[in-house]
Amino acid sequence: MSRPRLEVRLRERVAAKQKLLIPYVMAGQSEDWLETVQAIADAGADAIEIGLPFSDPIMDGPVIQEAAVVSLERGTTPQSVLNDLGRLELDTPLVVMTYFNLVYRAGLDRFAGRLQEVGVTGCIIPDLSLEEFGAWEKAAERVGIDPVLLVAPSTSTERAKAICERSRGFLYAVGRMGVTGERDDASLEVDAVVAKVRPFTTLPVCVGVGVSTPEQAAAVVRVADGAIVGSALVRRLLEGGGPEGAATFIGELRSALDGVTLDG
Amino acid sequence: MTEVVQTPMAEPTKAGWFGDFGGRFAPEPLMPACLELEEAFRDAWADPVFHAEFEEVLHSFGGRPTPITHCKRLSEDLGITLLLKREDLAHTGSHKINNVIGQALLTKRMGKSKMIAETGAGQHGVASATAAALLGLECTVYMGEVDTQRQALNVFRMELLGATVHPVTSGSRTLKDAVNEAMRTWVSHVADTHYCLGSVMGPHPFPWMVREFQSILGTEAREQSQSMLDDVPDFVVACVGGGSNAAGMFSGFANSRSKLIGVEALGGAAIASGIPGVLHGMMSQILQDEEGQILEAHSISAGLDYPGIGPEHAHLASIGRAIYSTADDDEVLDALERLSNTEGIIPALEPSHALAWIIREAGRQIPKGSTVLLNMSGRGDKDVAQVREILQAKGRFQ
Repeated sequence: MSRPRLEVRLRERVAAKQKLLIPYVMAGQSEDWLETVQAIADAGADAIEIGLPFSDPIMDGPVIQEAAVVSLERGTTPQSVLNDLGRLELDTPLVVMTYFNLVYRAGLDRFAGRLQEVGVTGCIIPDLSLEEFGAWEKAAERVGIDPVLLVAPSTSTERAKAICERSRGFLYAVGRMGVTGERDDASLEVDAVVAKVRPFTTLPVCVGVGVSTPEQAAAVVRVADGAIVGSALVRRLLEGGGPEGAATFIGELRSALDGVTLDG
Repeated sequence: MTEVVQTPMAEPTKAGWFGDFGGRFAPEPLMPACLELEEAFRDAWADPVFHAEFEEVLHSFGGRPTPITHCKRLSEDLGITLLLKREDLAHTGSHKINNVIGQALLTKRMGKSKMIAETGAGQHGVASATAAALLGLECTVYMGEVDTQRQALNVFRMELLGATVHPVTSGSRTLKDAVNEAMRTWVSHVADTHYCLGSVMGPHPFPWMVREFQSILGTEAREQSQSMLDDVPDFVVACVGGGSNAAGMFSGFANSRSKLIGVEALGGAAIASGIPGVLHGMMSQILQDEEGQILEAHSISAGLDYPGIGPEHAHLASIGRAIYSTADDDEVLDALERLSNTEGIIPALEPSHALAWIIREAGRQIPKGSTVLLNMSGRGDKDVAQVREILQAKGRFQ
């Protein structure tokens, strides 16, 4: 099925002065995970990250690791996830997030083709460095998938420029040095990392890693275009929150971001 | 992705490729650290002062050079000339000390005050804790919870040396997961912390850097065997998990006529049973299922229980410069026992794999009369409790 192009949709929203909310769910984590995707789309997500579980997720903290284990134990495979996604009817761009070995094993062109067939329009591969990005960049471009790249607080200005030139969809700004996970402190390095990339790109800049609460999300989008919320949502789902719990939390995040827009 | 390379065991390409293997598949937050490390290593490795310090520490503290022992009785039994490069006599009981001294000196040179390390059986963890104690660095070792139980004494050794041991409870709770956790920790602490990786694996420059630090043993062995044999050995044999002792050894003989043989554990044979893939920052031969999920390695030896292999080994296998074979747990135990009671040397389970291959192949792939150099990469003290238990279960000892 066809869904909106990731970058096109996000740019439209930013142009309309809307702050972007991009939640993350682990595919196959529970029987009702597709309903969860639907529920968070309805609750106001601008795009949704779909995690394909990998056995060795080095960029993920304990919550998303646990969700990956649960999902893999339920027999989730890249194939099963993509089949499921193909059946979903929604007008929200989907972004697959996974690790490079699953993509490489499937074959880059074949994987990109499968994403396109089931209506996924963006893809994040956190362990695929800029240096090794070329082959995937071409495979994705061929079928109209936006490959999203990461910038970190440790990234040099020179690297940030090169990353900005090649990222599509949006720019994933890592909000603090560390793996994914909830943080209760406010030690996000958002201002610096966003300021580092703004001179080099007009892409929407969305901040993830450590953004856990509506308050933090609101703080983040005072400088960034959007907030990515993973572990805080996944934890609620692991605790049995289900589609309703997810929708409630996404609703709270949406209100917080819309509050910033109104203030702005 | 590939450029045509390379004299065997020369420097990798600028992006860290050995033929079709290697590269740098690290999350962006770690990439600047990998680049910084590469620059620091290039600078240090071109500096005679750094080399002199590295060699001096390994001499006065590490017990280098290690000797070569001619195993006369076993040689006669097997109809070959068997030489052992005695890394088991290096400080902390294995070749691991070479790499950790290099990386600890580099840590200080980079102005960092902390090291983290992963460990399986505990050899690299103990060596890292030792180097950190020597140089006044803070050291945290990540070790799978299963391994902390199997190797409780090594945990205590590390603690005695002043290190903190962090049991890893994610995934299979073994070496693979210890690497994952060390990498995750490195992401958060990269500003003041160096990740002292224990083998020729991970993102560039680790596979190359660790091989360079281990090449000291291969260079020594080349000179020693030359003076003993007036030639290079016909065969140079080493066990391979990640492959650091083999890489160090092979680097001394890559440009010679010696046949290079790497021996993996049958249950962790990345060359025989793996396919190309990306794990822990590198493209290499990896044990994985048809979807690309990483599989567990299983063998008698925790030090070889790794589902991948250093990328340079995958390259050497692909160009045929080294040949990789396997040994199963039973042959390994037999080899360990045989060396113990014919030569008075109790080997670690890891190099017992290489010895098992030699015993099996003497008179077959190894023609009678050949000269064979085995890298005795570690001593067996750490394994005797486990071996005793297994042999007792077989009714062999009381």
